[in-house]
Amino acid sequence: MTYISKPRLHHPTLTANKVGYTRRDYEGRISTLCAGCGHDSISAAIIQACWELDIEPHRVAKLSGIGCSSKTPDYFLGASHGFNTVHGRMPSALTGANLANRDLLYLGVSGDGDSASIGLGQFANAMRRGVRMAYIVENNGVYGLTKGQFSATADRGSKSKKGVINSDSPIDLVGIALQLGATYVARSFSGDKEQLVPLIKGAMEHGGAAFIDIISPCVTFNNHAGSTKSYDYVREHNEAVNRIDFIASRNEITTMYAPGELVDVQQHDGSMLRLRKLRADYDATDRYSAMSYMQAHQARGEIVTGLLYVDPLATDLHTSLNTSAHALNAMGVAQLCPGSSALEKVNASLR
Amino acid sequence: MQRTDISNPTYFHKVVDCQWACPAHTPVPEYIRLIAQGRYSDAYMINWTSNVFPGILGRTCDRPCEPACRRGRVEENNGAAPEPVAICRLKRVAADMKDDVRLRMPALSPKNGKRVACIGAGPASLTVARDLAPLGYDVTVFDGEAKAGGFIRTQIPRFRLPESVIDEETGYILDLGVTFKSGQRIDSMNALLAENYDAVFVGCGAPRGRDLDLPGRKAAAANIHIGIDWLASVSFGHITTIGRRVIVLGGGNTAMDCCRSSRRLGGDEVKVIVRSGFEEMKASPWEKEDAMHEGIPIINYHVPKAFVLEGGKLIGMTFEIVKAVFDDQGQRTLVPTGAPDALIECDDVLLAVGQENSFPWIERDCGIEFDKWGLPMLGKATHQSTIAHVFFGGDAAFGPKNIITAVAHGHEAAVSIDRLLHGEDIQQRPDPMTNLMSQKMGIHEWSYDNDTSNDLRFKVPWAKAEMALASIKIEVELGFDVATAFKEAHRCLNCDVQTVFTDTACIECDACVDICPMDCITFTANADEAELRQHLQAPANNHQQALYVSGELKTGRIMAKDEDVCLHCGLCAERCPTGAWDMQKFLLNTTQAGAACRNGAQVKTLEEVVA
Repeated sequence: MTYISKPRLHHPTLTANKVGYTRRDYEGRISTLCAGCGHDSISAAIIQACWELDIEPHRVAKLSGIGCSSKTPDYFLGASHGFNTVHGRMPSALTGANLANRDLLYLGVSGDGDSASIGLGQFANAMRRGVRMAYIVENNGVYGLTKGQFSATADRGSKSKKGVINSDSPIDLVGIALQLGATYVARSFSGDKEQLVPLIKGAMEHGGAAFIDIISPCVTFNNHAGSTKSYDYVREHNEAVNRIDFIASRNEITTMYAPGELVDVQQHDGSMLRLRKLRADYDATDRYSAMSYMQAHQARGEIVTGLLYVDPLATDLHTSLNTSAHALNAMGVAQLCPGSSALEKVNASLR
Repeated sequence: MQRTDISNPTYFHKVVDCQWACPAHTPVPEYIRLIAQGRYSDAYMINWTSNVFPGILGRTCDRPCEPACRRGRVEENNGAAPEPVAICRLKRVAADMKDDVRLRMPALSPKNGKRVACIGAGPASLTVARDLAPLGYDVTVFDGEAKAGGFIRTQIPRFRLPESVIDEETGYILDLGVTFKSGQRIDSMNALLAENYDAVFVGCGAPRGRDLDLPGRKAAAANIHIGIDWLASVSFGHITTIGRRVIVLGGGNTAMDCCRSSRRLGGDEVKVIVRSGFEEMKASPWEKEDAMHEGIPIINYHVPKAFVLEGGKLIGMTFEIVKAVFDDQGQRTLVPTGAPDALIECDDVLLAVGQENSFPWIERDCGIEFDKWGLPMLGKATHQSTIAHVFFGGDAAFGPKNIITAVAHGHEAAVSIDRLLHGEDIQQRPDPMTNLMSQKMGIHEWSYDNDTSNDLRFKVPWAKAEMALASIKIEVELGFDVATAFKEAHRCLNCDVQTVFTDTACIECDACVDICPMDCITFTANADEAELRQHLQAPANNHQQALYVSGELKTGRIMAKDEDVCLHCGLCAERCPTGAWDMQKFLLNTTQAGAACRNGAQVKTLEEVVA
């Protein structure tokens, strides 16, 4: 780790966004991860996305579990709300927070260990329930904090740094998210911010459960020949199905493309996802064809990236539970605690 | 763009903006680090080797290094007004706080039998003497005055530069076995050439102050003084008073010295009056500030018309009031505003409207050719005149400049003389000595302090105004104390510790891009320079500053780093997993006279050893 903090000085041309903050204002403390960790690039992409979205830092809550990935919320959005939960329990803590205060933007940061092993059940149920959040998994295929054992997402046949071949089947978090009803599913690569930043922006403005699996090489334990999550391997096998431009509702659409190449997806808040198709045969609004496309390509050893599925009419947990339109902290005592007569009424209705 | 060739010493030299801007190329960050470490004598000797007069320059230098300093660019749009590191005043700290350095002075080689004459004992001549005397040359310095220093001694008022500092630093040179013939003004070049010196160096300065021929000039002569002559008389104590109301004409540093000296000799109402605008004045901004700080107004756009006399005595001057008008080409002309001429009353006038070269003692038939401006025809780098063994330097060479330029000339001329007298081609100039060395001490430790300071420039304390103005001899600036010097030294960005990139080691993980506080680094498709400059993390609009471009990387992209506002904080190297970035100290010393500047260096030394 670095002993000095990142100098406060910034480039003279650094500009402020619509809410008056520079990109540097979205930074957190200096990273204590290994030099070259993909996670740091993801942090930088989140910083960039929040700055571009003109998000006020205090409107964001970032929650995480345990692991290298789950340390990263300390390294971005230093002025936002944060909660570091126990291992694998980020989704339930986030669900509770979301139910209590629906006005915040929720960023769940997790890793392959946190979400695919100890927290698999939590992950699955958060997707299933449609908790409105941007669920980011920083997926490096190894347990970096415990010296690089294979994690549950490591591909069968990939080789560890010590030369051991992984014989277990990998858990495909994207596949699970698609199957369980996530309404925004993407995969990306920490080394490709051009693709990653718009994906994060789309996820943060999405109206339901948004999931991004980000392959993030572990430079210390999983960046060697034989690994399927190294910088070189991912670059060689990356099959992007599309590029997205995130267009906030208030902005005019100026870029023009040839017809047929573009799919515009209007999200519930009016923002627009403009998909530039890189694969003519890929339809990102069809859940089932997305699943079969992905599995077919995965079987060929390709890593399919891009926005894999989006449901523009997504709803979330608040809608299905028909909860209050306001955050609990915006209500008065009388509303929150209506008294014993109200309780009597509820009890009577259940008798 | 082509891959940057970092083996060319110029590339990294330019990154060290201060050193590049310094005529003598003093390794500034190197000595500032030593000051921070409290190693004042070491810092002093680095300066002494390079610029010969650290104590003098630490008070009086024109500081071309400071406008060039990266700190000034880095602080832009980062809060308060951007300011460079106080390089000049840190130099003074080294001089003020050093221990006795006499034992560190160069050892003298046995005499080599060659005789060199230096005309004038100013900074250029003394530099030649300093460089050549230890090598065994028999150097004789001639000067018309009793003590060495030239304009340093006669022009710079004592309240800016105490005489003890001049004595000390000229003394170090004269103690190197240099023969100093004081009070001996050379009045014939032919006579000097007849003495058969092996080489002659002319460093006699630009000793003639320009006059202003206006109506009333002759009649009021008693109260009109040429600035540089007047300053010299003040310096020698011949003049101790001046009238109550003084007008100083001219906008250069001499004018600033004249007005501030007048304030101390009885001038209560001193005004500086210039033809052009305040911004266009030649004086350094800080010298103007110092003058105004002492209650001296600077009146601009006033063109002097006449000296006004009453009863045969000067009572004032009239001025035409003008304004600046710019034509399409941006050419400025001063146009009368039509306002009635202004009469400004005064008892004395000091003329500081420029200096001229003057060589009345050089016979025009001696073989030295002069150009139409009266300056000697010289080799630009060699300083050689049309007589092969006669060299010019300082103000005498290319017209009036400043001390540090004179020192740089002296070094170059000494190299020419040394090569000439060893029978080598003087057109061939020696390369500088350069060294590039990793500063890595541990995984995240460097041998320099990479934690960038957020301090703003510290002000040098001043003597109380009433005390300072009471005497011409009380030094106004007091110099930094140890604690402030330490903090100011920390403002230095260590630009000599270079970010060195190794293409083959890079895995393109973006860690350096993400951590760089100044958005200097970009991985992108290659393009020509103009296009590339616009497609970086932050636009690279300062074309004076290079782009550091790598060869093609694995993904086909290149790394492009804009050197402009790099903090040299080393975070790119700390966050680099493969050591593709490394912080390496680039040390450049110009090659001075001696074995290193000669082609036959090795052979000669061996011969000397055998002998």
